[in-house]
Amino acid sequence: MKFANLLKIALKALNNNKLRCFLTMLGIIIGVASVITMLAIGQGSKNSIKAQISEMGSNMIMIHPGNMQRGGVRQSADDMQTLEVSDYEAMKSLPGVAAISPSVNSGGQLVNGNNNYPSTIYGITPDYLDIRKLKVKDGTMFSDHDIQTAAKVCILGKTVVDNLFPGGEDPVGRVVRFGKIPLTVIGVLESKGTNSMGQDQDDVVLAPYTTVMKRILAIDYIQGIFASAVDESTTDETIDQMTALLRDRHKLKESDEDDFQIRSQQELSEMMNSTSDMMTVLLACIAGISLLVGGIGIMNIMYVSVTERTREIGLRMSIGARGIDILSQFLIEAVIISVTGGVIGILIGVLASWLVNVIANWPVYIQLYSVGLSFAVCTVTGVFFGWYPAQKASNLDPIEALRYE
Amino acid sequence: MTENKEIIRVENLRREFIVGGEKVKALRGVSFTIYQGEFVTIMGTSGSGKSTLLNILGCLDTPTSGEYRLDGVSVQTMSKNQRAVIRNRKIGFVFQNYNLLPKTTAIENVELPLLYNSSVSSHERRERAVKALEAVGLHERLYHKSNQMSGGQQQRVAIARALVNEPVMILADEATGNLDTRTSFSILTLFQELYERGRTIIFVTHNPELALYSSRNIVLRDGKIVSDTLNLSPASAREAFEALPNDND
Ligand SMILES: Nc1ncnc2c1ncn2[C@@H]1O[C@H](COP(=O)(O)OP(=O)(O)OP(=O)(O)O)[C@@H](O)[C@H]1O
Ligand SMILES: [Mg+2]
Repeated sequence: MKFANLLKIALKALNNNKLRCFLTMLGIIIGVASVITMLAIGQGSKNSIKAQISEMGSNMIMIHPGNMQRGGVRQSADDMQTLEVSDYEAMKSLPGVAAISPSVNSGGQLVNGNNNYPSTIYGITPDYLDIRKLKVKDGTMFSDHDIQTAAKVCILGKTVVDNLFPGGEDPVGRVVRFGKIPLTVIGVLESKGTNSMGQDQDDVVLAPYTTVMKRILAIDYIQGIFASAVDESTTDETIDQMTALLRDRHKLKESDEDDFQIRSQQELSEMMNSTSDMMTVLLACIAGISLLVGGIGIMNIMYVSVTERTREIGLRMSIGARGIDILSQFLIEAVIISVTGGVIGILIGVLASWLVNVIANWPVYIQLYSVGLSFAVCTVTGVFFGWYPAQKASNLDPIEALRYE
Repeated sequence: MTENKEIIRVENLRREFIVGGEKVKALRGVSFTIYQGEFVTIMGTSGSGKSTLLNILGCLDTPTSGEYRLDGVSVQTMSKNQRAVIRNRKIGFVFQNYNLLPKTTAIENVELPLLYNSSVSSHERRERAVKALEAVGLHERLYHKSNQMSGGQQQRVAIARALVNEPVMILADEATGNLDTRTSFSILTLFQELYERGRTIIFVTHNPELALYSSRNIVLRDGKIVSDTLNLSPASAREAFEALPNDND
């Protein structure tokens, strides 16, 4: 049997049954497209969470006073006064620490002439920029000298600038008030936008920690320490060193619990990852179900159409088609339908992912394996259920097939 | 006739069907020999086993027991595929209900058996299909689809399809059963012309009148042959056709 002849026979049969072709393809298209789109959404949000966590800082380590695990009433970390500037200074020399900054903050009203805006002022050192991956866009960062003198200077985030200077004037060099304290704006931060939890990362005011401690809060302890480890792999080691150092400095006995708490960015990202993993699994389940539904659709139509076409099979056999000819014809038909449907499904899946990205603003990321997997599942289903009933029908005597009802 | 080559030889052919646990004996031991160039009509009441016999002769069905030799080869020993090739090369089968592919043009229907014969080129295929359709008087309807034709025209297409592979014999199961008298006679004329050109024809019919136009008549009853007579001077179907009142068509 010539392949060209079989191809001709199959194409004619397809052409004679456009609606059935279309319905079969529809099952495949829906299956493939939904799997691609769902997995693209899942992977996209996972990727974006990852990116946002890494944007939060570089190998960041956060130290807070108090211990959350302590029994009884949990105290607010801000009320604990166990961390001191000298702790921060002692930790500076640890080998695993790349950058370190104390942290004190205070909420309050910022005023510039008629404009005021409630925000939070963070007292830090210039190292904080590296730790949190921040950049000063206009102006300059304050210096160590400003820290020593508790200079009345500040750096503003974009949201604060927009609210205090709605006219678009250059804030650098202007004086704003935080409560009663006048601060000279010496720089503006590059915008970071909102993070994955919806927090505005541009709603900040940075100032030397000494300024915030002495002039605004009037305290002699610090509320926290931010550091970044030299390398991701040494983060745990660095945390151990910090713990040992702090326990030693705080003169804690062997039996005492830590009076501080150290957390790393890694921990945070693991936590977030497990959440997004759950979401991906959920989406994969939905995709799996649509694949199943699509598959059953294909199965049904293929099966019914071959059963419906048993008479046609009988007729073809009565004029000399062999079983293998019938089988080849149905296989070619099934392959053409399945592959065409699969390709259309891929196109629609990619298009839908793109639309989700553009219209709903969700991050999407199409993985090659999702395309391959869905395409393979649907085409294999299509081809199998095209082949299997045809195989059965082609085993009949022609007269049985012709009589089939 | 007897000096001609033997085309079909059946011996003690039996065919049983199991229906609801009971055996239905459609053929109870049929034996005969058909020679090249014969025009055989097979008659008998409804349910006498005519179609069953013809289906076996056409290799569409297999007998329960008995011997069937076609063109000197025993059909029982053949594989399914070999029988398919036999149907494709040696047999032209015409069904009562035409059995044309729907939504398909006359020429494509006629080309179909040749599509399953890889030794025929596409050019030759078309040429032979056109010739076969011309032979049945449908040269003006090559591109009409099956559902755009009358019953008589569809039957002609089916006959052209049976002729196109130049078979050693043509089997027709009530080929005129669905047609009016006039159309029946024109189809019969066609078969007679084929017979005159030396084709072997087996023609199953209900109509006892048609025995006049064949060269041999076999009558079945309850799955057995009750008479087998030669007709040395078949009447001319063409004359009968021309004698009919020319009212319709
Ligand atoms: N596929 C089948 N299954 C069961 N019984 C069958 C089958 N085909 C035929 N028979 C039985 O075999 C007998 C002969 O049937 P067959 O079709 O050969 O008759 P026929 O002579 O062609 O009749 P008609 O003139 O009505 O076409 C009938 O009794 C019928 O019931
Ligand atoms: Mg019958």
